[in-house]
Amino acid sequence: MTTLTRGAGRVTRSAPRPRSAPRPALLILAGPFAILFLAVYVVPLVYAMQRSLFQVRSSGLGFGPSEDVFVGFANYASVLADAAFWAAVGRVFLYGVIQIPVMLVLAMLIALLIDSRAVWRPTVFRLTTFLPYAVPGIVATLLWTYLYVPQLSPIVKGLHAIGWQVDLLGQQTVLLSVANIAIWSWTGYNVVIYTAALQAIPQDLVEAARIDGAGEAGIAVRIKVPLIRGSVGLTALLSMIGTVQLFNEPYILKTVTTAVSSDWTPMMMALNTTFGANDFERGSAISIVIALIAGVLAVIYQLASTRSERSA
Amino acid sequence: MRTPMLGSRLVVNGALILTSIYFLFPVWWLIVSATKSNADLFATNGLWFAEPHLADNVQAVLSRGAGLFPRWLLNSVGYSLAAALGATVTSAACGYALAKFRFLGDRVLFGAVIAGLLIPGALLTVPLYLVAASVGLTNTIWSVIIPSIVSPFGVFLARVYIEGSVPDEVIESARMDGASELRIFGQIAVPMLTPALATIALFSFVGTWNSFMLPLIMLSNQKLYPVTLGLYAWQSYKGESTYNLVLAGSLLMVIPLIIGFLLLQKYLRKGLTLGAVKG
Repeated sequence: MTTLTRGAGRVTRSAPRPRSAPRPALLILAGPFAILFLAVYVVPLVYAMQRSLFQVRSSGLGFGPSEDVFVGFANYASVLADAAFWAAVGRVFLYGVIQIPVMLVLAMLIALLIDSRAVWRPTVFRLTTFLPYAVPGIVATLLWTYLYVPQLSPIVKGLHAIGWQVDLLGQQTVLLSVANIAIWSWTGYNVVIYTAALQAIPQDLVEAARIDGAGEAGIAVRIKVPLIRGSVGLTALLSMIGTVQLFNEPYILKTVTTAVSSDWTPMMMALNTTFGANDFERGSAISIVIALIAGVLAVIYQLASTRSERSA
Repeated sequence: MRTPMLGSRLVVNGALILTSIYFLFPVWWLIVSATKSNADLFATNGLWFAEPHLADNVQAVLSRGAGLFPRWLLNSVGYSLAAALGATVTSAACGYALAKFRFLGDRVLFGAVIAGLLIPGALLTVPLYLVAASVGLTNTIWSVIIPSIVSPFGVFLARVYIEGSVPDEVIESARMDGASELRIFGQIAVPMLTPALATIALFSFVGTWNSFMLPLIMLSNQKLYPVTLGLYAWQSYKGESTYNLVLAGSLLMVIPLIIGFLLLQKYLRKGLTLGAVKG
Protein backbone atom coordinates (compact mmCIF):
# COMPACT_ATOMS: atom_id res chain seq x y z
CA MET A 1 0.00 0.00 0.00
CA THR A 2 2.68 2.39 1.06
CA THR A 3 4.34 2.54 -2.32
CA LEU A 4 1.06 2.63 -4.17
CA THR A 5 -0.52 5.49 -2.27
CA ARG A 6 2.70 7.36 -1.88
CA GLY A 7 3.21 7.16 -5.61
CA ALA A 8 -0.38 8.16 -6.22
CA GLY A 9 -0.11 11.09 -3.82
CA ARG A 10 2.97 12.34 -5.52
CA VAL A 11 1.27 12.16 -8.87
CA THR A 12 -1.72 14.21 -7.81
CA ARG A 13 0.34 16.92 -6.20
CA SER A 14 3.12 17.45 -8.71
CA ALA A 15 2.99 18.94 -12.21
CA PRO A 16 -0.15 21.01 -12.64
CA ARG A 17 -1.59 19.50 -15.77
CA PRO A 18 -1.27 22.03 -18.60
CA ARG A 19 -4.80 22.50 -19.90
CA SER A 20 -7.90 20.84 -21.01
CA ALA A 21 -7.75 19.15 -24.38
CA PRO A 22 -10.42 19.31 -27.04
CA ARG A 23 -13.19 16.98 -26.03
CA PRO A 24 -13.00 14.54 -28.99
CA ALA A 25 -9.31 13.89 -28.33
CA LEU A 26 -9.99 13.23 -24.65
CA LEU A 27 -12.84 10.89 -25.49
CA ILE A 28 -10.59 8.91 -27.79
CA LEU A 29 -7.78 8.77 -25.21
CA ALA A 30 -9.63 8.05 -22.00
CA GLY A 31 -12.89 6.74 -23.42
CA PRO A 32 -11.99 3.15 -24.31
CA PHE A 33 -10.55 2.36 -20.88
CA ALA A 34 -13.39 4.17 -19.11
CA ILE A 35 -16.04 2.25 -21.06
CA LEU A 36 -14.30 -1.09 -20.56
CA PHE A 37 -13.84 -0.36 -16.86
CA LEU A 38 -17.56 0.35 -16.59
CA ALA A 39 -18.39 -2.87 -18.41
CA VAL A 40 -15.99 -5.12 -16.50
CA TYR A 41 -15.97 -3.62 -13.00
CA VAL A 42 -18.87 -1.25 -12.36
CA VAL A 43 -21.77 -2.85 -14.21
CA PRO A 44 -21.09 -6.39 -12.93
CA LEU A 45 -20.70 -5.20 -9.35
CA VAL A 46 -23.87 -3.09 -9.46
CA TYR A 47 -25.77 -5.92 -11.15
CA ALA A 48 -24.52 -8.44 -8.58
CA MET A 49 -25.56 -6.09 -5.78
CA GLN A 50 -29.01 -5.81 -7.26
CA ARG A 51 -29.36 -9.56 -7.81
CA SER A 52 -28.21 -10.24 -4.26
CA LEU A 53 -31.41 -8.61 -3.01
CA PHE A 54 -33.63 -11.10 -4.84
CA GLN A 55 -34.49 -14.76 -4.65
CA VAL A 56 -35.81 -16.94 -7.43
CA ARG A 57 -38.56 -19.14 -6.05
CA SER A 58 -40.25 -21.85 -7.94
CA SER A 59 -43.91 -22.19 -7.14
CA GLY A 60 -45.81 -25.42 -6.64
CA LEU A 61 -43.32 -28.25 -6.00
CA GLY A 62 -40.89 -26.77 -8.48
CA PHE A 63 -43.03 -27.50 -11.51
CA GLY A 64 -44.69 -24.11 -11.88
CA PRO A 65 -43.03 -21.02 -13.32
CA SER A 66 -40.39 -19.54 -11.05
CA GLU A 67 -40.78 -16.01 -9.80
CA ASP A 68 -38.29 -13.34 -8.88
CA VAL A 69 -38.96 -12.07 -5.36
CA PHE A 70 -37.39 -9.03 -3.73
CA VAL A 71 -36.13 -10.21 -0.34
CA GLY A 72 -34.05 -7.27 0.90
CA PHE A 73 -31.02 -8.46 2.82
CA ALA A 74 -32.31 -11.99 3.36
CA ASN A 75 -29.52 -13.54 1.26
CA TYR A 76 -26.92 -11.67 3.28
CA ALA A 77 -28.55 -12.69 6.54
CA SER A 78 -28.50 -16.32 5.52
CA VAL A 79 -24.87 -16.13 4.36
CA LEU A 80 -23.81 -14.47 7.60
CA ALA A 81 -25.72 -17.07 9.61
CA ASP A 82 -24.17 -19.95 7.67
CA ALA A 83 -21.62 -21.84 9.77
CA ALA A 84 -20.01 -23.21 6.60
CA PHE A 85 -19.29 -19.67 5.41
CA TRP A 86 -17.55 -18.73 8.64
CA ALA A 87 -15.69 -22.04 8.64
CA ALA A 88 -14.36 -21.13 5.18
CA VAL A 89 -13.46 -17.61 6.33
CA GLY A 90 -11.70 -19.02 9.40
CA ARG A 91 -9.79 -21.52 7.28
CA VAL A 92 -8.53 -18.83 4.91
CA PHE A 93 -7.66 -16.58 7.87
CA LEU A 94 -5.61 -19.38 9.43
CA TYR A 95 -4.04 -20.05 6.05
CA GLY A 96 -3.07 -16.38 5.70
CA VAL A 97 -1.67 -16.19 9.22
CA ILE A 98 0.62 -19.12 8.37
CA GLN A 99 1.39 -18.63 4.69
CA ILE A 100 2.05 -14.87 4.54
CA PRO A 101 4.62 -14.61 7.37
CA VAL A 102 6.43 -17.80 6.34
CA MET A 103 6.68 -16.66 2.73
CA LEU A 104 7.71 -13.09 3.52
CA VAL A 105 10.30 -14.10 6.12
CA LEU A 106 11.73 -16.68 3.71
CA ALA A 107 11.80 -14.09 0.92
CA MET A 108 13.47 -11.55 3.19
CA LEU A 109 16.09 -14.07 4.29
CA ILE A 110 16.89 -15.04 0.71
CA ALA A 111 17.04 -11.40 -0.39
CA LEU A 112 19.39 -10.51 2.49
CA LEU A 113 21.61 -13.53 1.80
CA ILE A 114 21.82 -12.68 -1.90
CA ASP A 115 22.59 -9.08 -0.93
CA SER A 116 25.30 -10.12 1.54
CA ARG A 117 29.01 -10.01 0.80
CA ALA A 118 29.47 -13.71 1.44
CA VAL A 119 27.35 -14.84 -1.50
CA TRP A 120 29.06 -16.78 -4.29
CA ARG A 121 26.85 -16.45 -7.34
CA PRO A 122 24.13 -13.83 -6.76
CA THR A 123 22.82 -13.97 -10.34
CA VAL A 124 22.44 -17.75 -10.25
CA PHE A 125 20.62 -17.71 -6.91
CA ARG A 126 18.43 -14.83 -8.06
CA LEU A 127 17.47 -16.85 -11.12
CA THR A 128 16.69 -20.12 -9.32
CA THR A 129 14.59 -18.23 -6.78
CA PHE A 130 12.62 -16.37 -9.44
CA LEU A 131 12.16 -19.39 -11.74
CA PRO A 132 8.83 -20.58 -10.24
CA TYR A 133 7.37 -17.27 -11.43
CA ALA A 134 7.70 -18.65 -14.98
CA VAL A 135 5.58 -21.67 -14.09
CA PRO A 136 1.87 -20.82 -14.35
CA GLY A 137 0.06 -21.22 -11.02
CA ILE A 138 -2.13 -23.96 -12.46
CA VAL A 139 0.85 -26.02 -13.60
CA ALA A 140 2.60 -25.46 -10.26
CA THR A 141 -0.54 -26.67 -8.52
CA LEU A 142 -0.89 -29.73 -10.77
CA LEU A 143 2.75 -30.64 -10.10
CA TRP A 144 2.51 -30.24 -6.34
CA THR A 145 -0.79 -32.11 -6.35
CA TYR A 146 0.99 -35.10 -7.84
CA LEU A 147 3.88 -34.55 -5.42
CA TYR A 148 1.39 -34.95 -2.55
CA VAL A 149 -0.14 -38.18 -3.87
CA PRO A 150 1.56 -40.97 -1.89
CA GLN A 151 1.81 -43.49 -4.75
CA LEU A 152 3.48 -40.94 -7.06
CA SER A 153 5.47 -38.65 -4.84
CA PRO A 154 9.18 -39.21 -4.22
CA ILE A 155 8.79 -36.90 -1.20
CA VAL A 156 6.11 -38.99 0.49
CA LYS A 157 7.88 -42.23 -0.45
CA GLY A 158 11.12 -40.89 0.97
CA LEU A 159 9.50 -39.81 4.22
CA HIS A 160 7.79 -43.19 4.53
CA ALA A 161 11.13 -44.89 3.94
CA ILE A 162 12.65 -43.11 6.93
CA GLY A 163 9.64 -44.11 9.00
CA TRP A 164 7.57 -40.92 8.94
CA GLN A 165 4.04 -41.94 7.91
CA VAL A 166 2.96 -38.49 6.82
CA ASP A 167 -0.24 -37.85 4.85
CA LEU A 168 0.11 -34.55 2.99
CA LEU A 169 -3.54 -34.63 1.90
CA GLY A 170 -5.15 -35.26 5.30
CA GLN A 171 -7.63 -33.07 7.18
CA GLN A 172 -4.85 -31.69 9.37
CA THR A 173 -2.17 -31.22 6.74
CA VAL A 174 -3.91 -30.10 3.57
CA LEU A 175 -3.96 -26.46 4.65
CA LEU A 176 -0.18 -26.53 4.93
CA SER A 177 0.08 -28.31 1.60
CA VAL A 178 -1.92 -25.52 -0.04
CA ALA A 179 0.28 -22.94 1.70
CA ASN A 180 3.39 -24.68 0.38
CA ILE A 181 2.19 -24.30 -3.22
CA ALA A 182 1.70 -20.56 -2.76
CA ILE A 183 5.03 -20.21 -0.97
CA TRP A 184 6.78 -22.05 -3.79
CA SER A 185 5.10 -19.94 -6.47
CA TRP A 186 5.39 -16.49 -4.90
CA THR A 187 8.53 -16.34 -2.75
CA GLY A 188 10.73 -15.44 -5.71
CA TYR A 189 8.38 -12.64 -6.67
CA ASN A 190 8.77 -11.10 -3.21
CA VAL A 191 12.53 -11.62 -3.31
CA VAL A 192 12.64 -9.53 -6.49
CA ILE A 193 10.82 -6.67 -4.77
CA TYR A 194 13.03 -6.85 -1.67
CA THR A 195 16.22 -7.12 -3.74
CA ALA A 196 15.34 -3.98 -5.68
CA ALA A 197 14.68 -2.14 -2.41
CA LEU A 198 17.93 -3.41 -0.87
CA GLN A 199 19.91 -2.26 -3.88
CA ALA A 200 18.50 1.23 -3.44
CA ILE A 201 20.00 1.53 0.06
CA PRO A 202 22.96 3.95 -0.06
CA GLN A 203 26.19 1.97 0.28
CA ASP A 204 27.89 4.54 2.53
CA LEU A 205 25.22 3.89 5.18
CA VAL A 206 26.14 0.22 5.27
CA GLU A 207 29.84 1.03 5.05
CA ALA A 208 29.60 3.44 7.99
CA ALA A 209 27.98 0.77 10.13
CA ARG A 210 30.73 -1.64 9.16
CA ILE A 211 33.42 0.85 10.18
CA ASP A 212 31.61 1.24 13.50
CA GLY A 213 32.19 -2.50 13.92
CA ALA A 214 28.68 -3.81 13.27
CA GLY A 215 28.53 -7.45 12.14
CA GLU A 216 26.95 -8.40 8.82
CA ALA A 217 23.94 -10.03 10.49
CA GLY A 218 23.46 -6.96 12.68
CA ILE A 219 23.63 -4.67 9.65
CA ALA A 220 21.06 -6.82 7.88
CA VAL A 221 18.58 -6.88 10.75
CA ARG A 222 19.06 -3.40 12.21
CA ILE A 223 19.80 -1.31 9.13
CA LYS A 224 18.66 -3.02 5.95
CA VAL A 225 15.35 -4.49 7.09
CA PRO A 226 14.03 -1.27 8.67
CA LEU A 227 15.02 0.68 5.56
CA ILE A 228 12.92 -1.48 3.25
CA ARG A 229 9.85 -1.53 5.51
CA GLY A 230 7.81 0.12 2.76
CA SER A 231 8.38 -2.84 0.44
CA VAL A 232 7.49 -5.26 3.21
CA GLY A 233 4.20 -3.41 3.69
CA LEU A 234 3.45 -3.57 -0.03
CA THR A 235 4.16 -7.29 -0.27
CA ALA A 236 2.07 -7.95 2.84
CA LEU A 237 -0.89 -6.10 1.33
CA LEU A 238 -0.57 -7.90 -2.01
CA SER A 239 -0.35 -11.24 -0.21
CA MET A 240 -3.49 -10.41 1.74
CA ILE A 241 -5.34 -9.60 -1.48
CA GLY A 242 -4.15 -12.92 -2.88
CA THR A 243 -5.27 -14.79 0.22
CA VAL A 244 -8.79 -13.38 0.24
CA GLN A 245 -9.39 -14.84 -3.22
CA LEU A 246 -7.73 -18.21 -2.54
CA PHE A 247 -9.25 -20.59 -5.06
CA ASN A 248 -7.07 -22.28 -7.69
CA GLU A 249 -4.83 -24.38 -5.42
CA PRO A 250 -7.55 -25.91 -3.20
CA TYR A 251 -9.89 -26.27 -6.18
CA ILE A 252 -7.35 -28.48 -7.95
CA LEU A 253 -6.32 -30.34 -4.78
CA LYS A 254 -9.98 -31.21 -4.33
CA THR A 255 -9.63 -33.65 -7.23
CA VAL A 256 -7.27 -35.86 -5.20
CA THR A 257 -8.45 -35.50 -1.61
CA THR A 258 -11.73 -35.46 0.26
CA ALA A 259 -10.12 -33.22 2.88
CA VAL A 260 -10.95 -30.25 0.63
CA SER A 261 -14.71 -29.69 0.44
CA SER A 262 -16.40 -27.74 -2.33
CA ASP A 263 -16.86 -24.78 0.07
CA TRP A 264 -13.37 -24.97 1.56
CA THR A 265 -12.64 -21.26 0.92
CA PRO A 266 -15.15 -18.38 0.62
CA MET A 267 -14.30 -18.03 -3.07
CA MET A 268 -14.91 -21.74 -3.69
CA MET A 269 -18.17 -21.39 -1.82
CA ALA A 270 -19.22 -18.44 -3.98
CA LEU A 271 -18.58 -20.40 -7.16
CA ASN A 272 -20.10 -23.59 -5.87
CA THR A 273 -23.24 -21.76 -4.76
CA THR A 274 -23.53 -19.92 -8.07
CA PHE A 275 -22.82 -22.77 -10.44
CA GLY A 276 -23.16 -25.93 -8.38
CA ALA A 277 -26.43 -25.00 -6.69
CA ASN A 278 -27.43 -22.60 -9.47
CA ASP A 279 -28.18 -19.93 -6.88
CA PHE A 280 -26.86 -16.76 -8.55
CA GLU A 281 -28.44 -14.50 -5.96
CA ARG A 282 -26.80 -16.14 -2.97
CA GLY A 283 -23.53 -16.48 -4.91
CA SER A 284 -23.60 -12.73 -5.55
CA ALA A 285 -24.23 -12.06 -1.86
CA ILE A 286 -21.24 -14.22 -0.90
CA SER A 287 -18.98 -12.43 -3.42
CA ILE A 288 -20.03 -9.05 -2.05
CA VAL A 289 -19.50 -10.09 1.57
CA ILE A 290 -15.97 -11.26 0.68
CA ALA A 291 -15.33 -7.96 -1.10
CA LEU A 292 -16.46 -6.08 2.02
CA ILE A 293 -14.20 -8.18 4.24
CA ALA A 294 -11.30 -7.47 1.85
CA GLY A 295 -12.12 -3.75 1.97
CA VAL A 296 -12.18 -3.72 5.77
CA LEU A 297 -8.82 -5.52 5.82
CA ALA A 298 -7.33 -2.96 3.42
CA VAL A 299 -8.59 -0.07 5.59
CA ILE A 300 -7.24 -1.63 8.78
CA TYR A 301 -3.96 -2.23 7.02
CA GLN A 302 -3.82 1.35 5.77
CA LEU A 303 -4.51 2.74 9.27
CA ALA A 304 -1.89 0.48 10.82
CA SER A 305 0.77 1.38 8.27
CA THR A 306 0.21 5.15 8.49
CA ARG A 307 0.41 4.91 12.27
CA SER A 308 3.65 2.93 12.19
CA GLU A 309 5.09 5.42 9.71
CA ARG A 310 4.17 8.35 11.92
CA SER A 311 5.69 6.75 14.98
CA ALA A 312 8.92 5.97 13.13
CA MET B 1 37.65 -4.61 2.18
CA ARG B 2 37.55 -7.56 4.54
CA THR B 3 36.52 -10.83 3.00
CA PRO B 4 33.89 -12.69 5.00
CA MET B 5 35.08 -15.71 6.93
CA LEU B 6 34.84 -19.14 5.34
CA GLY B 7 32.30 -20.21 7.97
CA SER B 8 29.82 -17.48 7.17
CA ARG B 9 30.34 -18.04 3.45
CA LEU B 10 29.43 -21.70 3.92
CA VAL B 11 26.32 -20.84 5.92
CA VAL B 12 25.09 -18.19 3.48
CA ASN B 13 25.67 -20.22 0.34
CA GLY B 14 24.57 -23.48 1.93
CA ALA B 15 21.24 -21.88 2.83
CA LEU B 16 20.84 -20.48 -0.67
CA ILE B 17 21.64 -23.85 -2.22
CA LEU B 18 18.97 -25.47 -0.05
CA THR B 19 16.31 -22.94 -1.07
CA SER B 20 17.38 -23.30 -4.71
CA ILE B 21 16.86 -27.07 -4.46
CA TYR B 22 13.37 -26.40 -3.10
CA PHE B 23 12.55 -24.09 -6.01
CA LEU B 24 14.05 -26.32 -8.70
CA PHE B 25 12.85 -29.68 -7.39
CA PRO B 26 9.28 -29.69 -8.85
CA VAL B 27 10.61 -28.58 -12.23
CA TRP B 28 13.18 -31.37 -12.19
CA TRP B 29 10.48 -33.85 -11.20
CA LEU B 30 8.32 -32.61 -14.08
CA ILE B 31 11.14 -33.10 -16.60
CA VAL B 32 11.86 -36.62 -15.30
CA SER B 33 8.22 -37.65 -15.01
CA ALA B 34 7.17 -36.36 -18.42
CA THR B 35 9.46 -39.00 -19.94
CA LYS B 36 7.79 -41.93 -18.13
CA SER B 37 4.91 -44.21 -18.90
CA ASN B 38 1.98 -44.23 -16.47
CA ALA B 39 3.13 -47.56 -15.05
CA ASP B 40 6.71 -46.35 -14.52
CA LEU B 41 5.48 -43.22 -12.75
CA PHE B 42 4.30 -45.44 -9.93
CA ALA B 43 6.89 -48.18 -10.10
CA THR B 44 10.22 -46.39 -10.58
CA ASN B 45 12.36 -43.93 -8.64
CA GLY B 46 10.65 -40.54 -8.98
CA LEU B 47 13.90 -38.61 -8.98
CA TRP B 48 15.54 -40.31 -11.93
CA PHE B 49 14.68 -41.35 -15.48
CA ALA B 50 13.31 -44.79 -16.40
CA GLU B 51 12.64 -46.27 -19.80
CA PRO B 52 12.15 -43.21 -22.06
CA HIS B 53 8.54 -42.63 -23.11
CA LEU B 54 8.65 -38.94 -23.85
CA ALA B 55 7.90 -39.36 -27.56
CA ASP B 56 4.88 -41.57 -26.80
CA ASN B 57 3.63 -39.10 -24.22
CA VAL B 58 4.00 -36.11 -26.52
CA GLN B 59 2.30 -38.07 -29.27
CA ALA B 60 -0.58 -38.89 -26.91
CA VAL B 61 -0.87 -35.25 -25.84
CA LEU B 62 -0.93 -33.92 -29.39
CA SER B 63 -3.37 -36.46 -30.78
CA ARG B 64 -5.89 -36.68 -27.95
CA GLY B 65 -9.36 -35.37 -28.79
CA ALA B 66 -8.39 -34.76 -32.44
CA GLY B 67 -5.66 -32.26 -31.63
CA LEU B 68 -7.26 -30.43 -28.70
CA PHE B 69 -3.94 -29.60 -27.06
CA PRO B 70 -2.42 -27.64 -29.97
CA ARG B 71 -5.70 -25.84 -30.19
CA TRP B 72 -5.59 -24.96 -26.48
CA LEU B 73 -2.07 -23.62 -26.93
CA LEU B 74 -3.22 -21.48 -29.85
CA ASN B 75 -6.18 -20.24 -27.80
CA SER B 76 -3.87 -19.27 -24.94
CA VAL B 77 -1.57 -17.44 -27.33
CA GLY B 78 -4.52 -15.69 -28.97
CA TYR B 79 -6.20 -14.64 -25.71
CA SER B 80 -2.92 -13.46 -24.25
CA LEU B 81 -1.88 -11.48 -27.33
CA ALA B 82 -5.31 -9.84 -27.56
CA ALA B 83 -5.16 -8.94 -23.86
CA ALA B 84 -1.61 -7.59 -24.15
CA LEU B 85 -2.41 -5.48 -27.18
CA GLY B 86 -5.73 -4.19 -25.87
CA ALA B 87 -4.42 -3.46 -22.39
CA THR B 88 -1.35 -1.66 -23.67
CA VAL B 89 -3.26 0.60 -26.05
CA THR B 90 -6.14 1.49 -23.72
CA SER B 91 -3.88 1.91 -20.66
CA ALA B 92 -1.34 4.08 -22.42
CA ALA B 93 -4.01 6.37 -23.85
CA CYS B 94 -5.92 6.68 -20.59
CA GLY B 95 -2.74 7.09 -18.56
CA TYR B 96 -1.68 9.88 -20.91
CA ALA B 97 -5.02 11.66 -20.57
CA LEU B 98 -4.81 11.40 -16.77
CA ALA B 99 -1.21 12.58 -16.67
CA LYS B 100 -1.42 15.51 -19.02
CA PHE B 101 -4.96 16.90 -18.92
CA ARG B 102 -7.48 18.08 -16.43
CA PHE B 103 -11.01 17.13 -17.36
CA LEU B 104 -14.40 16.51 -15.89
CA GLY B 105 -14.29 13.28 -13.90
CA ASP B 106 -10.54 12.80 -14.01
CA ARG B 107 -10.35 12.36 -10.24
CA VAL B 108 -13.18 9.86 -10.27
CA LEU B 109 -11.48 7.95 -13.06
CA PHE B 110 -8.16 7.82 -11.21
CA GLY B 111 -9.93 6.80 -8.02
CA ALA B 112 -11.57 3.99 -9.96
CA VAL B 113 -8.17 2.88 -11.23
CA ILE B 114 -6.81 2.70 -7.67
CA ALA B 115 -9.91 0.82 -6.49
CA GLY B 116 -9.53 -1.55 -9.42
CA LEU B 117 -5.91 -2.18 -8.40
CA LEU B 118 -6.92 -3.15 -4.90
CA ILE B 119 -10.04 -5.23 -5.50
CA PRO B 120 -9.30 -8.97 -5.53
CA GLY B 121 -9.96 -9.86 -9.16
CA ALA B 122 -11.51 -13.24 -8.42
CA LEU B 123 -14.43 -11.54 -6.69
CA LEU B 124 -15.49 -10.14 -10.05
CA THR B 125 -15.90 -13.50 -11.71
CA VAL B 126 -19.39 -14.33 -10.45
CA PRO B 127 -20.70 -10.80 -11.24
CA LEU B 128 -18.96 -10.92 -14.63
CA TYR B 129 -20.62 -14.21 -15.39
CA LEU B 130 -24.06 -12.79 -14.56
CA VAL B 131 -23.53 -9.88 -16.95
CA ALA B 132 -21.96 -12.02 -19.68
CA ALA B 133 -24.86 -14.47 -19.43
CA SER B 134 -27.46 -11.72 -19.69
CA VAL B 135 -25.91 -10.37 -22.91
CA GLY B 136 -25.24 -13.84 -24.31
CA LEU B 137 -21.44 -13.64 -24.27
CA THR B 138 -20.71 -16.71 -22.15
CA ASN B 139 -18.93 -19.51 -23.92
CA THR B 140 -17.42 -17.10 -26.45
CA ILE B 141 -13.85 -15.91 -26.75
CA TRP B 142 -15.02 -12.39 -25.82
CA SER B 143 -16.00 -13.50 -22.33
CA VAL B 144 -12.32 -14.26 -21.71
CA ILE B 145 -10.71 -11.48 -23.75
CA ILE B 146 -12.73 -8.40 -22.74
CA PRO B 147 -12.15 -8.69 -18.97
CA SER B 148 -8.45 -9.35 -19.61
CA ILE B 149 -8.04 -6.11 -21.53
CA VAL B 150 -9.00 -3.90 -18.62
CA SER B 151 -5.80 -3.19 -16.71
CA PRO B 152 -5.95 -0.68 -13.85
CA PHE B 153 -2.33 -1.59 -13.18
CA GLY B 154 -1.50 -0.57 -16.76
CA VAL B 155 -3.22 2.81 -16.43
CA PHE B 156 -1.55 3.46 -13.10
CA LEU B 157 1.87 2.54 -14.45
CA ALA B 158 1.38 4.54 -17.66
CA ARG B 159 0.30 7.60 -15.73
CA VAL B 160 3.21 7.50 -13.28
CA TYR B 161 5.66 6.84 -16.09
CA ILE B 162 4.32 9.64 -18.30
CA GLU B 163 4.47 12.11 -15.39
CA GLY B 164 8.14 11.29 -15.05
CA SER B 165 9.29 10.99 -18.62
CA VAL B 166 7.18 13.08 -21.00
CA PRO B 167 7.99 16.76 -20.32
CA ASP B 168 5.23 19.32 -20.78
CA GLU B 169 7.60 21.50 -22.81
CA VAL B 170 7.87 18.87 -25.52
CA ILE B 171 4.09 18.63 -25.77
CA GLU B 172 3.75 22.41 -25.73
CA SER B 173 6.22 22.94 -28.54
CA ALA B 174 4.53 20.29 -30.65
CA ARG B 175 1.27 22.16 -30.09
CA MET B 176 2.92 25.39 -31.27
CA ASP B 177 3.89 23.56 -34.42
CA GLY B 178 0.22 22.82 -34.91
CA ALA B 179 0.19 19.08 -34.18
CA SER B 180 -3.16 17.67 -33.05
CA GLU B 181 -3.45 16.22 -29.55
CA LEU B 182 -3.82 12.67 -30.84
CA ARG B 183 -0.82 13.06 -33.06
CA ILE B 184 1.24 14.34 -30.14
CA PHE B 185 0.23 11.28 -28.17
CA GLY B 186 0.92 8.81 -30.97
CA GLN B 187 4.09 10.24 -32.41
CA ILE B 188 5.77 11.99 -29.51
CA ALA B 189 4.57 10.44 -26.25
CA VAL B 190 4.29 6.78 -27.26
CA PRO B 191 7.91 6.44 -28.44
CA MET B 192 9.05 7.89 -25.10
CA LEU B 193 6.98 5.28 -23.25
CA THR B 194 8.40 2.11 -24.73
CA PRO B 195 9.70 0.61 -21.44
CA ALA B 196 6.37 1.17 -19.68
CA LEU B 197 4.41 -0.17 -22.65
CA ALA B 198 6.59 -3.28 -22.79
CA THR B 199 5.97 -3.86 -19.09
CA ILE B 200 2.20 -3.48 -19.45
CA ALA B 201 2.13 -5.80 -22.45
CA LEU B 202 4.30 -8.39 -20.73
CA PHE B 203 2.24 -8.49 -17.56
CA SER B 204 -1.09 -8.55 -19.36
CA PHE B 205 0.21 -11.42 -21.46
CA VAL B 206 1.44 -13.38 -18.45
CA GLY B 207 -1.71 -12.66 -16.44
CA THR B 208 -3.98 -13.87 -19.22
CA TRP B 209 -1.80 -16.87 -19.97
CA ASN B 210 -2.05 -17.92 -16.32
CA SER B 211 -5.75 -17.20 -15.87
CA PHE B 212 -7.87 -20.12 -14.83
CA MET B 213 -10.96 -19.08 -12.91
CA LEU B 214 -12.40 -16.79 -15.59
CA PRO B 215 -12.24 -19.35 -18.44
CA LEU B 216 -13.34 -22.05 -15.98
CA ILE B 217 -16.68 -20.35 -15.38
CA MET B 218 -17.14 -18.69 -18.78
CA LEU B 219 -16.30 -21.51 -21.19
CA SER B 220 -18.01 -24.86 -21.60
CA ASN B 221 -16.85 -25.65 -25.13
CA GLN B 222 -13.55 -27.55 -24.82
CA LYS B 223 -12.41 -26.16 -28.16
CA LEU B 224 -12.29 -22.65 -26.65
CA TYR B 225 -10.28 -23.64 -23.56
CA PRO B 226 -6.93 -22.05 -22.84
CA VAL B 227 -4.23 -24.57 -22.04
CA THR B 228 -4.47 -24.05 -18.24
CA LEU B 229 -8.09 -25.11 -18.25
CA GLY B 230 -7.40 -27.95 -20.67
CA LEU B 231 -4.73 -29.44 -18.42
CA TYR B 232 -7.11 -29.20 -15.48
CA ALA B 233 -9.80 -30.98 -17.51
CA TRP B 234 -7.37 -33.83 -18.17
CA GLN B 235 -6.17 -33.95 -14.58
CA SER B 236 -9.69 -34.14 -13.17
CA TYR B 237 -10.84 -36.72 -15.74
CA LYS B 238 -11.54 -39.90 -13.82
CA GLY B 239 -12.21 -42.26 -16.72
CA GLU B 240 -8.62 -43.40 -17.13
CA SER B 241 -5.07 -42.69 -16.02
CA THR B 242 -4.11 -39.27 -17.41
CA TYR B 243 -0.90 -38.63 -15.48
CA ASN B 244 1.32 -38.90 -18.54
CA LEU B 245 -0.93 -36.52 -20.49
CA VAL B 246 -0.97 -33.88 -17.75
CA LEU B 247 2.78 -34.10 -17.16
CA ALA B 248 3.88 -34.10 -20.80
CA GLY B 249 1.32 -31.37 -21.56
CA SER B 250 2.63 -29.30 -18.65
CA LEU B 251 6.18 -29.74 -19.87
CA LEU B 252 5.23 -28.67 -23.41
CA MET B 253 3.50 -25.61 -21.97
CA VAL B 254 6.28 -24.67 -19.57
CA ILE B 255 9.30 -25.01 -21.89
CA PRO B 256 8.51 -21.96 -24.04
CA LEU B 257 7.63 -20.03 -20.88
CA ILE B 258 10.97 -20.83 -19.26
CA ILE B 259 12.83 -19.84 -22.42
CA GLY B 260 10.86 -16.60 -22.58
CA PHE B 261 11.48 -16.09 -18.88
CA LEU B 262 15.23 -16.48 -19.25
CA LEU B 263 15.25 -14.01 -22.13
CA LEU B 264 12.94 -11.47 -20.50
CA GLN B 265 13.70 -11.85 -16.80
CA LYS B 266 15.40 -8.46 -16.62
CA TYR B 267 12.21 -6.77 -17.87
CA LEU B 268 10.04 -8.92 -15.64
CA ARG B 269 12.02 -7.93 -12.58
CA LYS B 270 11.99 -4.28 -13.57
CA GLY B 271 8.25 -4.43 -14.15
CA LEU B 272 7.61 -6.06 -10.81
CA THR B 273 9.39 -3.29 -9.02
CA LEU B 274 7.85 -0.48 -11.10
CA GLY B 275 4.44 -1.37 -9.82
CA ALA B 276 3.68 -4.63 -8.21
CA VAL B 277 1.18 -6.98 -9.75
CA LYS B 278 0.07 -10.33 -8.51
CA GLY B 279 -2.33 -13.02 -9.65
